[in-house]
Amino acid sequence: MSSTFETVAGIISETCDIPREKIAPESHAINDLGIDSLDFLDVAFAIDKSFGIKMPLEQWTQEVNEGKVSSDQYFVLKDLCANIDKLVAAKAA
Amino acid sequence: MKLEYFQMVDRIVELDPVARVVRAACLVPDASPVFEGHFPGHPLLPGVLMIETMAQTGGWLVLAVLRFQRMPFLAQVKEAKLRTFVVPGQALQVEARLVHDGSGYAMVSGSMTSDGKKVADAELTYRVAPFPNETLRAQMLETARRVAVPEAFLDG
Repeated sequence: MSSTFETVAGIISETCDIPREKIAPESHAINDLGIDSLDFLDVAFAIDKSFGIKMPLEQWTQEVNEGKVSSDQYFVLKDLCANIDKLVAAKAA
Repeated sequence: MKLEYFQMVDRIVELDPVARVVRAACLVPDASPVFEGHFPGHPLLPGVLMIETMAQTGGWLVLAVLRFQRMPFLAQVKEAKLRTFVVPGQALQVEARLVHDGSGYAMVSGSMTSDGKKVADAELTYRVAPFPNETLRAQMLETARRVAVPEAFLDG
């Protein structure tokens, strides 16, 4: 997770022009870092490309909008990174 | 092209789903109300319509790859370069490459040439969403047939 977090934090810092030191594993991408949905597409693109995955953003958004899960599960960075790790592992399997 | 109807693409010349590239032919009309204002005595295709032309070309590619099950809406334009003037009657060759087919979004690299010379290029992002209604989907399919998107991509 730690190297995943470092990669994701670097992507967010560069893509959204947010100082790296403000990005923590507990940061919520939207609520704490103020990343809007359009900027998040750039972040998603860079993550997809870096990790060779396709994050299921539509499914995640739908689950949040339907109240099935809290947005924390997908947008708090440590949880986002855990989901990325799962996708990478599933791809390698 | 029918500028006042935002019909920018005349014909799909090639659509390769494996290479994820589309090529389109677009002929700037000799006359249009657009040229009355842009500019009086010096008619030019507005830069925003050059970008729109690349965006529509890329949009046909995304629609075809998704078999017209979802609609791409232009969300972001980056690195747009409008390299030369485009004038009434000019023939344009437009190319779009699908850089990434994400979940709910797509990234396309668009470019435009005329007589082998670079005219414009841009990096385009689309939000890709379910069609908001059947009217739009039916209209897109009808337009797809008019611009000669191959039938094989329309079968959803």
